[in-house]
Amino acid sequence: MKTRTIARHFRESFKSLGRNSWMTLASISAVTVTLLLVGVFAAIMMNLNKVASDLENDVEIRVMIDIIPEAEEAKLAEEQLLDEIHNMPDVEEVTYSSKEQELSKLIKDFGDELSLFEQNNPLYNVLYVKAVDPLKTADVAKQIDSLDNTFEVKYGEGKVEKLFNFLEIARNVGLVLILGLLFTAMFLISNTIRITIIARKDEIEIMKLVGATNSFVRIPFVLEGMWLGLIGSVIPVAAVTIAYYNIYDLLAPRLKGELFQLLEVTPLMYQVNALIIFIGMFIGIWGSFMSVRKFLKV
Amino acid sequence: MIEMNNVVKKYPNGVVAANGITVHIKKGEFVYIVGPSGAGKSTFIKLMYREEKPTSGDVIINGINLRTLKNNRVPHLRRHLGVVFQDFKLLPRLTVYENVAFAMEVIEEQPSVIRKRVMEVLELVGLKHKVRMLPNELSGGEQQRVAIARSIVNRPKVMIADEPTGNLDPETSWEIMNIFEEINRQGTTILMATHNREIVNTVRKRVIAIEGGMIVRDEYGGDYGYEN
Repeated sequence: MKTRTIARHFRESFKSLGRNSWMTLASISAVTVTLLLVGVFAAIMMNLNKVASDLENDVEIRVMIDIIPEAEEAKLAEEQLLDEIHNMPDVEEVTYSSKEQELSKLIKDFGDELSLFEQNNPLYNVLYVKAVDPLKTADVAKQIDSLDNTFEVKYGEGKVEKLFNFLEIARNVGLVLILGLLFTAMFLISNTIRITIIARKDEIEIMKLVGATNSFVRIPFVLEGMWLGLIGSVIPVAAVTIAYYNIYDLLAPRLKGELFQLLEVTPLMYQVNALIIFIGMFIGIWGSFMSVRKFLKV
Repeated sequence: MIEMNNVVKKYPNGVVAANGITVHIKKGEFVYIVGPSGAGKSTFIKLMYREEKPTSGDVIINGINLRTLKNNRVPHLRRHLGVVFQDFKLLPRLTVYENVAFAMEVIEEQPSVIRKRVMEVLELVGLKHKVRMLPNELSGGEQQRVAIARSIVNRPKVMIADEPTGNLDPETSWEIMNIFEEINRQGTTILMATHNREIVNTVRKRVIAIEGGMIVRDEYGGDYGYEN
């Protein structure tokens, strides 16, 4: 194909947008509405996913170390325990917190009344353990429990399992919803484009009778579909970005110090916008390609 | 130039529209195809530009056998044929100029050549002054002239017309006929399916009559032969 023919196809695809202005408007509106839904939903789902993994990562195992009166011996036992836990394959990190540190944490959280206990600290030295995979927390806890010198191993048994179950269901539901939405978007947009092409099937027939090859007829239509997708994604991209920027501005300061955070504007919005534009263009191209195909057999 | 050997066309619904047609048409001939409605005239024409494939038998145009021609070569066949229809088949959203130029864009001709040649053929059909108009702003006769201009713009060796005057009044029909004669005089072979008794009887040419999918008469300088 010659360069000027390619240029002609581009020119033709632009002209066609103008010539079929009502159909163009209808297609673009359909694309805009569906992509807006896709964009909003994608942003929400990605944030839910973030919240879920933040919550998962907050889960840790609290290992209270047996009290050994002999200071020397105690230190040795603690170091040994630390090493043993550290060498477990599923353990990501272990941090040591002495009973004095534990108490000052409590005092900070619950008030100065507890400072009475500074004289006779009833707490244990503690190891905080995080599993590489939060879902393996229970297994890791069990392994640690079987080690020597552990007084008690706690990880919020029961509660953690419930949280993980819930998060898994939430993720799966979200995945199904987003797949369904994508499917609907594809169906809706390609159908609208199909209608605009059916209205022009006589044109396609005439082009073929004059001696145009299939690709000569098809390329301008496919390009036109691509423009429809691209133009249709402008409003969703702008709307989703502005909305998320403001929501993030509003919520992020209030969530400071909480267990979970929102995704930051910059990487998330690039991802979501790329998704919107990609889906718009892909469906435009694909919808046109498939719809024209039917009428090329003349 | 055009050769049909024992061509049979059977449609999926069982209708046999061509039942053993054998015909030879030489270069530069002007041939009328006549016959009652439903006799197989349109199928005869459609077999020529490969809108329909023969069920058996061979259709050979310019040495190309249409029965074995691959689908992706069909566009190239059509570029060597000029086809004119009863309903004009112009692209409704393109101007007169663009409609004619389209046939040349398809073969990726140079823009300067396109410009020159399009104006040339539009002058031949007498529409040079209406190049910027859209088809629906023209009369039927003018639209048919645009279609003819489009069909000859690539200098085809064969021109096929399926009832080109079917939608036109007698006076306009004669204008169209005059253009066809002019094109024929320049050496183009013309096949014209028609119901126009007056034209066939006045401008005497070879007449092929088709009935029931078979050639029942093939006569040089013959008359229309049917009562309208």
